[in-house]
Amino acid sequence: MDLFEYQARDLFESHNIPVLAGAVATTADEAEKAASAMGGRVVVKAQVKIGGRGKAGGVKLAQDAADAREKAKAILGMDIKGHTVHKVMIAQAAPIVEEYYASILLDRANRNFLVMASVAGGMEIEEVAKSQPEKLARVGIDPNVGVTLDKAKEIARLGQFPAEVQDQVADVLVKLWAAFVAEDATLMEINPLVKTEDGRIVALDGKVTLDDSAEFRHANHADLVDHAAANPLEAKAKALDLNYVKLDGEVGIIGNGAGLVMSTLDVVAYAGEKYNVKPANFLDIGGGASAEVMANGLSIILGDSDVRSVFVNVFGGITACDAVANGIVQALNILGDKATKPIVVRLDGNNVLEGRRILNEAAHPLVQQLDTMDGAAAKAAELAAK
Amino acid sequence: MAIFINKETRLIVQGMTGSEGTKHTGRMIASGTNVVGGVTPGKGGQSVEIGGKTLPVFNTVAEAMAATGANASVVFVPPKFAKAAVMDAINAEIPLVVVITEGIPVHDTAAFFAHSQSTGKTRIIGPNCPGLISPSQSNLGIIPADITGPGRIGLVSKSGTLTYQMMYELRDFGFSTAVGIGGDPIIGTTHIDCLRAFQDDPETDAIVMIGEIGGDAEERAAAFIAEYVTKPVVGYVAGFTAPEGKTMGHAGAIVSGSSGTAQAKKEALEAAGVKVGKTPSETAELMRAILKG
Repeated sequence: MDLFEYQARDLFESHNIPVLAGAVATTADEAEKAASAMGGRVVVKAQVKIGGRGKAGGVKLAQDAADAREKAKAILGMDIKGHTVHKVMIAQAAPIVEEYYASILLDRANRNFLVMASVAGGMEIEEVAKSQPEKLARVGIDPNVGVTLDKAKEIARLGQFPAEVQDQVADVLVKLWAAFVAEDATLMEINPLVKTEDGRIVALDGKVTLDDSAEFRHANHADLVDHAAANPLEAKAKALDLNYVKLDGEVGIIGNGAGLVMSTLDVVAYAGEKYNVKPANFLDIGGGASAEVMANGLSIILGDSDVRSVFVNVFGGITACDAVANGIVQALNILGDKATKPIVVRLDGNNVLEGRRILNEAAHPLVQQLDTMDGAAAKAAELAAK
Repeated sequence: MAIFINKETRLIVQGMTGSEGTKHTGRMIASGTNVVGGVTPGKGGQSVEIGGKTLPVFNTVAEAMAATGANASVVFVPPKFAKAAVMDAINAEIPLVVVITEGIPVHDTAAFFAHSQSTGKTRIIGPNCPGLISPSQSNLGIIPADITGPGRIGLVSKSGTLTYQMMYELRDFGFSTAVGIGGDPIIGTTHIDCLRAFQDDPETDAIVMIGEIGGDAEERAAAFIAEYVTKPVVGYVAGFTAPEGKTMGHAGAIVSGSSGTAQAKKEALEAAGVKVGKTPSETAELMRAILKG
């Protein structure tokens, strides 16, 4: 889960990482109140989970509370690269002397964590890595040791921070590591990390990604979910504990196993080129799919008004094909009149003959079976074109 | 021969007394795996009947190894307790741990992987994987044993069901070993580790490598193939149509910006001389053509 800037700010603050005053507002009224409570000049910042908002006009300096109201009014509702602005952050405006960079992230290639820090901040770090690589410290971290104060000081030195701020930067890095671990994050980035006129080191903007697999030990992370942005079908699927991603095509897809479902999307996309149709979703019902899970999956997909045909692609492993076939038959019974679109089924693997027999015997008018994945994909695409 | 597991594999099951553990222990025994015991902290000293065998239960992996001579473990422990279970196995210096559990926080995986690196005694396969099978010899995990028999193809895949699909497509040839390495962002055994082992295995003639979106493991595997592998390799990559920024089922299957795309992986593999199929069936056909010479 990616967080909004204001959520990252609050999270940093709760872990004693220095930040400026900031408050979130969803209306111009709230923005004015927040600015008035803060006093003086403030920055009104669009809260969107995408870069480039400054250039898009989503960040404005306001002279006073009344001005903040006007600025918030202009920014709220704005569209930034397809993201509608529902919230703004009112942040204290601080005189900045220098802009730096600091981050910790999961390093998949090295299978550990990576700290990056640089005296050059305020721009994309990829840009720094390209143009001034000598100013970017990149240090791998052993998860069982972490970022010690000595390690943090070494990183500050390697990132070419000025001597007078190195200790403060090291302190921020140690706290950032503590927050990274405590929150089960896979990314915590401060960009820019700034030096203010009065010599303080402060996190001015932040990006945070939290590990969804660690939700079970962070009850409070549920509060950070952005319900406004969730697609209603995705929200409904999540409530049913289904692994579903909405896409923009016409062929509904159900399969077992993430790899097989991804592969099914590709095969349908190839077959669909001829008919100008595409996969409508990703839905993995998992290895042990019961009739109920199949019914839930089918109901989500049949509830998608873009869907014109459905492709159920199952390789029977631990859950044998006869169980899957029974699941489909029962699912269609449960759905009754709500099932209105043609369903192409391809079963293979464990107990496939019995599975096919069950479906043939049920002879549901919407269901047809094909023997191969490629053949079934072509049939589903053809049916979606009609 | 096969890789990582064979007839000599003596297996313990961590989490054997749980419902998944019990079910799959029975399946592994039925497919000929030499299961010698299980580990459930707090239940040491008990024994359970599974698949016609009486299996002793131990509190720790070290105790289980001392009593049974086990040399491999498979983990069916829920995500919450998986880190402790794998750490226990690493501390006992067991040579192989196969972690089936899905949904382990990546900080936990990073910690136990780093620990395994520092001791240097334990190979981890997974997490979030179906395990591995050397047909007719040993089967660690949840791969159905009856898809196909022994043969001379090696298979390495991030995905479970695509592993089954490919074994099924090539069932008339059979496999030396099929390894599901798992779909998490951090995994203990990579494509490269398996490619190296298959290259060095005299009973493997050709290799199928299945990848998917996310990270750059396939690109690095391609570079390794160019440098080290002389046996024929065919490849398949899933996720060409995956949108940017969305996790596709597997925690590690995500295209971030322009990195981790299926297209980039396919191109890297082809540049290394690997024939890449557009669909699983086409990939199987490429392998078929190679084996028929």
